[in-house]
Amino acid sequence: METVNSIRPFLAVIVSLCAIPLIASARRPNVREMWTFLAAALKFLLVISMLPAVLRGSQFTYTLVEFLPGASISFKVDALGMLFALVASSLWIITSAYSIGYMRGLKEHSQSRYFCFFAVALSATIGVAFSANLLTLYLFYEMLSLATYPLVTHHQDPAARQSGRKYLTYILGTSIGLVLPAMLIVYHLTGSLEFSAGGLLAGHASKGLVALLLILFLFGFAKAAVMPFHSWLPAAMVAPTPVSALLHAVAVVKVGVFSIVRVLTGIFGVAILSNFHLGTVVCYIAAFTIIVGSLVALSQDELKRRLAFSTISQLSYIILGVALLSPKGMTGGIVHIAMHAFGKITLFFCAGAIFVATGKKYVSDMVGIGRRMPVTMAAFFVGALSVIGLPPTGGFFSKWYLVLGTLQAHQQVMLVVLLLSSFLNAAYFLPVVYRAFFCTDEEAMFEKSVKEAPPWCLVPLVLTAVISIFLFFYPDIFFRLAEMAAGM
Amino acid sequence: MSHHFPVLLVTVPLLSAFVISALSWVKKSFCFPVALLALGTSVYSAVRLLFQVLDQGVVEYHLGGWMPPWGIAYRVDLLNGLVLVVVSSVALVNLFATHKSVQKAFPEKIGTFYTLYVLFVTGLMGITVTGDVFNLYVLLEIASLTAYALIALGQPDRAPLASLNYVFIGTLGACFYLLGIGYLYIMTGSLNMADIATLLPPIYHSKAVLVAFIFCMVGVCIKMAFFPLHMWLPNAYTYAPDAASSLIAPLMTKVMVYVMIRLILSVFLPDFSFQVLHISHALVWLACLAIIMGSLLALAQTNIKRMLTYVLISEIGYMVGGVWLGNRLGMSGAILHILNDAIMTLCLFLAIGNIAYRIQGLDLTHLKGLFRKMPLTMAAFVTAGLSVIGVPPTCGFFSKWYLISGAIQAGHYGFMVALLFSSLVNAILFFRIIEIAYFEPMESHHDANVSKVSLMEAPLTMLVPLLIVAVSLVVVGLYSGDIVTTLIAPVLPKGIG
Repeated sequence: METVNSIRPFLAVIVSLCAIPLIASARRPNVREMWTFLAAALKFLLVISMLPAVLRGSQFTYTLVEFLPGASISFKVDALGMLFALVASSLWIITSAYSIGYMRGLKEHSQSRYFCFFAVALSATIGVAFSANLLTLYLFYEMLSLATYPLVTHHQDPAARQSGRKYLTYILGTSIGLVLPAMLIVYHLTGSLEFSAGGLLAGHASKGLVALLLILFLFGFAKAAVMPFHSWLPAAMVAPTPVSALLHAVAVVKVGVFSIVRVLTGIFGVAILSNFHLGTVVCYIAAFTIIVGSLVALSQDELKRRLAFSTISQLSYIILGVALLSPKGMTGGIVHIAMHAFGKITLFFCAGAIFVATGKKYVSDMVGIGRRMPVTMAAFFVGALSVIGLPPTGGFFSKWYLVLGTLQAHQQVMLVVLLLSSFLNAAYFLPVVYRAFFCTDEEAMFEKSVKEAPPWCLVPLVLTAVISIFLFFYPDIFFRLAEMAAGM
Repeated sequence: MSHHFPVLLVTVPLLSAFVISALSWVKKSFCFPVALLALGTSVYSAVRLLFQVLDQGVVEYHLGGWMPPWGIAYRVDLLNGLVLVVVSSVALVNLFATHKSVQKAFPEKIGTFYTLYVLFVTGLMGITVTGDVFNLYVLLEIASLTAYALIALGQPDRAPLASLNYVFIGTLGACFYLLGIGYLYIMTGSLNMADIATLLPPIYHSKAVLVAFIFCMVGVCIKMAFFPLHMWLPNAYTYAPDAASSLIAPLMTKVMVYVMIRLILSVFLPDFSFQVLHISHALVWLACLAIIMGSLLALAQTNIKRMLTYVLISEIGYMVGGVWLGNRLGMSGAILHILNDAIMTLCLFLAIGNIAYRIQGLDLTHLKGLFRKMPLTMAAFVTAGLSVIGVPPTCGFFSKWYLISGAIQAGHYGFMVALLFSSLVNAILFFRIIEIAYFEPMESHHDANVSKVSLMEAPLTMLVPLLIVAVSLVVVGLYSGDIVTTLIAPVLPKGIG
């Protein structure tokens, strides 16, 4: 395997940070948004430029400063990081467009601040994706927590204040209280924090200690919303919808999951987890979250909260897949990072578009909406299919691989969990679609005057829906990356 | 001239005090430039001296040409070289940054203020540079007496009493220290640190040496406000003038921690402190108590300046605990934290100074909408807050890293838990402020142009130094690996594990 020393990973991280003075100082909104797009495009191009080499099996590395031996601030681009960076940076472009439609459509205040912190958040996300070691990952993880606080609390009203508190309490509390000591213990035991293919801990720790560290990491990365550390996510839905869409379906929550995947594969290592039978423990914790998350989603009337609980459940699919420790399961879990991202962001975009066009937030108020906003609801249907895991959407493949993974790992219970959860997914998504389209004229709750959301909102959600379908036919890039990451 | 740097550090500010005092009779506006010049010289000497030490090793200077152990020797190694740079630069930056607020707060006492200011710095520089335990006491008194006076310049109704309280307790502390060195002198007949260190080992088990050690430590602990000997600090620092508290708070306690480390490493030696005496474990527990109590008491405050004084008390616990862990990691963390905490505290207190310059009152309720009124000051404040919490890449994270590593290595998990607990409480403390300053009542959030609060940022002469300090929090953080390997690691004796 070839390793290239290149500054490109660092540039990909830093480019959106560099755009912040420009975004903040721009006098005209159009100029400001131009800088956002420019940064987003540059970031995407930088990520893409490394893709061919990564697909060939090379890695890009760059060390910024060496703080301690084995604990530096350094970047590494491998298949797993590339997959995540690809998803996050491409969706940033689309979300930026959507943000313009949404924020201007609702005449939101403090839009400059909003776009600035969005850029910081994306820097942090790519930073996590390209981290070469746990210290760097922790640094960007914390940066993301802090950068998203002003986004979550954007409305600055009492509800936002409450949610912001909850958000920080969960996210910062766990990262300082659980991840930080776990990281230091790992460093103390092994003298290194570098993610390495076989893990670091093998031969350094007893079963009890490994189990303790596993618990600390699994719950410490609370962005992954593993129960019982999940309730910040529904609370964070007070944020403007583009924030919920990109951050709470893609960047923030996936950073949590990504961190767990990284730690499971790069710090613990597959061997030690299967020797100590700890993978199964993680599987059961994830399975609990999957089922309970789905059940709670059934009972939510507010659309964004329903989506949030669905996200909680879907995130644990990824953890479950990796914790199966079978090649197929790991591939499925990792691909699910991408597939779920495109599906779920479509759903959030739709929820936002409905809010912009009608001001409605509750599912029970959306009877007949499909007749007035057919494009939006069609996209919603596609997104729902993808999250449920039905063809012709990309979500089908990730779930297919997850199911194969359970069989490969001889975890029949998990197979049942996955299938049961799929039914539940269908049960909480399809009624929304059904009631949107199939109702009599008397039942329909919307006037004829209600129209689709503005094009800045509409085009992005159509685009992500189309990509979801596209991924059914051409999932190769993500699968290739995931298989490389799973070590196949 | 270069071999006179150690003494220039002390004499230049000392003599400038007289000049300032005299000039204030002629024209008050002359005082500031003279002080600036004097402290500028100190910074220059300190930096040159540090490089000299890096190049050539320990620098010794014999005052008046008298040879030790009879004459007073100044002795600079990397440890106090670093502290000297910290003390002088913090003093210089603060001098520059508070120029405006001094003019505003007590226009008629400018001469007094700057005289006391440079004298205080003289004291601290002297404490740090000296290699003589009695000389250290003298300079400690210079620093303390000027600190009492500086504090008494504050709020007319509360500051004098706070200062008096500090006088009583501070004098007690000084007495303890003086008694301690008295015992040492009886036992060894010497006041020179290096000399005492060679004379002590044969009599390690003497009770008098033990008493000397305990008296010295108690004295130092009082002066650094180590919990539960902290009672004087919150009032004194809260009611002091802003320009003085942002000088005293970052420096006084940190220099006293340095003195503690110096006594352990160079006078009593680690063998005695960590092996012969079996108090280190208990002292770390006491430090845990300091950290936890400091944090909890900070949580109970509604005035932010007062809150910060309790944060400071908890930070003292960090350093004392790190020192008494008795291993390299803990000691490195403690020394690194002297540097980091000085910058952090400076940044916080300067930000407070800026806020107080524009806004009447420092209660939490006064901070509403502050992000809109003073965005840059608040940005600096938040950066310092993150450093106190220990968020990378700010420097606070890295010293906490070493301290917790030290705790793990020593198997002292109580200290680890205390540090993490304090991080979490600090997060609450600072996010409480951030929340108040960030959330503001607004009629509509769906109007892109609504902003009733107007910008009222502090003047540039206050703002620029603050921002420099805030940026240095991150820069020092990123270079902490280098700082530890080049400046701190060589200082630590082989004796500690």
